[in-house]
Formats: sequence, C-alpha cells, structure tokens
Amino acid sequence: MKLHKFFSFVLIAGALALFAASCGSDDDDDTVATTAAPTTEAPAPPLRIAIVSPSASNDLAFSQSISDGVNALGDERNIDVAITDGTFVVEEAAAQIRAYADEGYDLVIAHGSQYGGSLEEIAPDYPDTTFAWGTAADTFGLDNVYAYTAAADQGGYVLGTMAGALTNSEVIGVVGPIEVGDAKLYVDGFKAGAEAQNSNANVSVVYIGSFSDVALATETAQAHVGQGADVMTGSAQMVVGAVGVAQNEGVLWFGTQADQRSLAPEIVVASQVYKWEVILQQIVDDMDSGASGGKAFVVTLENGGLEIAYNDAYDLPANVRQLAEDTIAGIIDGSISTS
Amino acid sequence: MNLLAIVDFSVVEIFAARSGWSGFFTLSTLVVTIAATIRLATPFVIASVGESVGQRSGVLNLGVDGVMLLGAFGAYYTTLETGSPWLGLAVGTGVGAVMGLVYAFITVTLHAQQGISGIGIYLFGLGMSDLLFRQLVGTPKPIGGFEGLFEFSVPETRFDVAYPDLYNHSILVYMAFLLVPAVTLLVNRTTFGMNVRAVGETPEAADSLGVSVTRTRYSTIIIANSLAGVAGAALALEKGIFIQNITNGMGFIAVALVYFGAWRPIGVMAGSLLFGLVNALVLQWKTLGIISGATAQLAEMAPAAVTIIALVVVTNRIGQPSALTQPFRRGAH
Repeated sequence: MKLHKFFSFVLIAGALALFAASCGSDDDDDTVATTAAPTTEAPAPPLRIAIVSPSASNDLAFSQSISDGVNALGDERNIDVAITDGTFVVEEAAAQIRAYADEGYDLVIAHGSQYGGSLEEIAPDYPDTTFAWGTAADTFGLDNVYAYTAAADQGGYVLGTMAGALTNSEVIGVVGPIEVGDAKLYVDGFKAGAEAQNSNANVSVVYIGSFSDVALATETAQAHVGQGADVMTGSAQMVVGAVGVAQNEGVLWFGTQADQRSLAPEIVVASQVYKWEVILQQIVDDMDSGASGGKAFVVTLENGGLEIAYNDAYDLPANVRQLAEDTIAGIIDGSISTS
Repeated sequence: MNLLAIVDFSVVEIFAARSGWSGFFTLSTLVVTIAATIRLATPFVIASVGESVGQRSGVLNLGVDGVMLLGAFGAYYTTLETGSPWLGLAVGTGVGAVMGLVYAFITVTLHAQQGISGIGIYLFGLGMSDLLFRQLVGTPKPIGGFEGLFEFSVPETRFDVAYPDLYNHSILVYMAFLLVPAVTLLVNRTTFGMNVRAVGETPEAADSLGVSVTRTRYSTIIIANSLAGVAGAALALEKGIFIQNITNGMGFIAVALVYFGAWRPIGVMAGSLLFGLVNALVLQWKTLGIISGATAQLAEMAPAAVTIIALVVVTNRIGQPSALTQPFRRGAH
C-alpha cells in the first residue's frame, strides 16, 4: 500500500515538474538571446531584460511582438533576455515578475494590461529594479515603473481604409477579443477607417469575450462570412482559426500586432506591426541617463513604432497601396483623425 | 454609470437591434446558426461521451482537458508533417489511449485520489503540449484538415432550398454524433457494458461475481481518454491550427456535461448541443448587431449560466454512479 502511494506521488510530482519545466522561467537555450555589439574594449556586462507575457512568445500576435522587440534591441547593445510566456494566470505572472526582480534583472517587462494590479504591489518592494508594463499609460506614480502602449487605432484606421476600398460586398467582419486596451483601439480605428473610405460599408464588430478561444473566434469568422463579409480582421492570438476560415472562404484578411502573412499568404493583405523596440530603446536610454521609470511611452506611425507590413504575395491594386500611404501621411501630419 | 444611464443605454440598444432581429429570423441565418451549433458541440460530444463511459465504471478524470491538448497536438503535428489528417486522427487517438493507460495505472493500480490525479494529468498535458509545440513547430502554421463530407456545388438558384451549411460537415462531426448510439449500445446492451455499470455501482458485488474491476476500469479509462484524444484531434483538425492551450478549458466543461447528461450518452449529447446552441445564438446576435456593448458582455456568460442552471436541475433528480471516485481494494469492505 505504501509503495502504491509512493508511486502515485512520484508520478504526479513528475507530471507537475514537467509542467513547471515547460511553463516556468527559461534561462537557457531557447529563450536567451545574448547579442554583443562589436567593440574593441572589454565588453560591458549585458543589460538583463526579463519578459512575462500571457500567451506564447511565438503567437504571431501580442506576445511575439514584445519578444521580437526586445530581441531587436540586441542589434544595438549587449543584452541578456529571459522570457516566461503563457502566464495567462495572473497570480503565476505576479510570482514570476517577483522572481525576476529577486534574480536581479535590470528591466522586468510585464507585458499584459492584466498585470497592472500585481505590478503596482510588487514594484515598491524592488526600488532598484526597473519595471515596464503595457499596454497601459499609468505608472501608478512610481518612479521605477514605465508604461507603454500602442496607438493601434492609427494602423487600424489605415487598414480600415484599405478594407473599405477592397470590399465588393460592402460587408466587413471584425473578430475582437475583449473590448479593452489596444484591441479596442485597433477595432475602433479600423471601423472608422472603413466607414470613412466607404460610406456604404457595414462593419460588423463582434467581441467574443476571450483572448484565447480559437473555436469561438473561428465560428465568429464563419458567422461573418455567412452574413456576406468578403474582408475580415481581428486582434489577439485567438484569430489564427479565423484566418483559416478566411483562407478557406477566399475572404481577405488584415492582421495586427505582428505580421500574419505566414498564416495565409494568399489572403492576408497587410498587417499592422508593433515595433516595441522603438520605445524600448527610449526606456533603455532613459535608464542609461539614471532614471528608472515614471514615464509613459506610445508607439505610433510617426515614431516608427507602428508599421504597415504589406504582403508582397498578395496582388494589392496600386491605387489601394497609394491610399494606404496617403492615409499614413495624413495621420502623421495630423490632417486625418482616426476617431 | 447610474441605473438611469443603463436603462437609457439598453433602450437605445433595443431600438438599434430591431433591424437585426428581422435579419435573424431568416432561413439562411437560422441554418447558419444550427450549423455553428453542431460544429461548436462536436468536441464536447466526443470528450463527454467518452468521459461518461469512464464515470459509469466509477472513475472520474479531471484531466480530460490535458489529454485533449495532447491529442490535439499529436494530430496537428502528424498532419503538418505527413499531410494526412487520418494519420493525425490516429495519432491523436493513440496519444489519448497512452494517457488513459497512465491514468488507469495511477488511479486503479496505485489507488491514487482521482481528483488530484486528474489535475496532475491536466497540468502535464497543458505543459507538455506547449513544450512539444515550441520545440517541434515554433510559430503557428496552418494545416489542412478533413474536407466537408458532402461538399458539392449547389446551383445558385437552389441554394435557398439545399443549404449545404447544414450538412456539409467533416467526417469527424458525423463520427462524433454516431458515437452516441454506439456508446449507448455498448453500455446498455453488451456484457461489457453490464460489467461497467456493475463496477460503477457496487464494485465489491461485481468482484464477488467474478468481474475483474481492475480490467474493466482499465478498459473504460482507456476508452474515455482515447475519445478525449479524438476530441482534441477534432478541434485541431477542424480549425486547422494549434496554439498553446487551444482547448481553452473545454475538457472541464466536458466533465460538467457528463453530470448534465446524467451519465447517459444521449443526455450528454443534449447538453453539448445546448451549450453549442447558446454560444451560436449569442454569436449570431452579436454579428447582426442585435446585442452589443454591456448587453453583449452579459450574454457572453449565458452558455456557462445555462449549463450551471441545467446542471443543478438535472443532478438533483438523477443519482450518480454510487462508486464514482471510489478506488477499489479487494477485501477493504
């Protein structure tokens, strides 16, 4: 009997250990990128950056955008990156944020607006650690917390004008996650752009109430197609299934957060891409000057933190491409409002 | 927002929704809604019918979601590498069977507490499927699943009569619903099924009559987990993609649906369809603009709320297998 209990314990503990190994802190091979800038002097110690993000760092969406952004910093300076992703449970994320601070990371990035409450509690306990969190604009009045967000409505507006120009049925479907943060900004901007370009366009917006429900996102896309949509878009990592519906049905797709052309090269027209490295560079420069927080940063089309990535495999009409470029210029010079 | 503002908001929404209702009550929209109901219900039907077999023999498995994730990854990766969804389905099923063997060893041979063991299996499946995905695939890549079984072109003029959306599902959907009579017959009309029921009610009596409780429970657990693997495979193959935690807790809902269905495959299927229907209705109403804003957010809770209410009503009337969650030790009673 005791032997049985022992084996039970070992098996369950083994399962838990494997889970922890796969979801926990990855300080080794697959998630650490150390890049040294060329120099003739003795190399400076690397800047140690840790990321905690809710979904997989290869999700072609939210988490991948910050992972790519931090790794891009490695082109300019010596960095040491650790990432813990898939922390959709906020308590787990909070524990990991604290663990990274304990381990002495210079910059701990909490990449998810849902982590704000936890960060507000944790940051005061580590005055020598710099934290950044987003997408948000609130630093909680703490001088070791930076906030960052994306003016996702800008890219959304650009893509919306393209959608308005490309639709034949004049029905456009949007698969949204939860009506908050940069997802809402993107959707609002996209709708405004589509309606500004095509006054007859019916832009149907459905928030499914989840960032991760692939099945529901897929059915939402199917429902849009059922209502005649010939152009769709969506935000967050659960849209991968919706892109599949678009591909099967021959419906055009616009992506956001990361370049989604690899999901369906035939129908992805363009994507709004977050280039977080633009504001991360500003944060690191600020840290170099002796500061450690208290500011909020925004990626925009103007500062190059937002880019429109066109899919070369899609035969985009020249006039629509020009329309997009004109819209980008108009947003940057202030002659076009995204609301 | 005060109460008056909420009322004002709702009134505006109701007026805005009027045109949407007329769009909803069209044959084509109703057909699309029914088709969505069937598709949304499919993974639940497979997983919960399987789990009902395990529970009828007295074994609860809270690890269904983890096994679904492993089955989904196995099917996805195999299909990605070979291009054959049939092979993917076979691997997904096999992965489920192996997990069933592990779970049976833990709970039947080692007599471990079923609830905790199930959570361990879930965590293992969640972590391992993600780990394998990162190591073997990396970034999500779409795969081709099964084609619609009855896909053919319908003349434009006959579309309003034919409605291919209603029946043009993949073979997995048909297999899922065929499981219901098959498992009903297995449990109610075969010697094996009689043994399963006996072991789930009074394992001591079954044992005294020469029925091997261990063998019976091993069999049901392997069947249940194989079907959980199939459910995961169906999800990945139907959506043509795999991402971390793609099931989004479906396995836990499947376990609840077994209680909802009073441990009968037909009841489990009814529960799955109800869950799918409420989801599909909310989705259509949002798409048509019938509900939006705060009303839509409230409606998102409807599938879970309806399931919980039905669960309370059903489980108060019908008893569960007497030996559910009870490990069997010969001579212990």
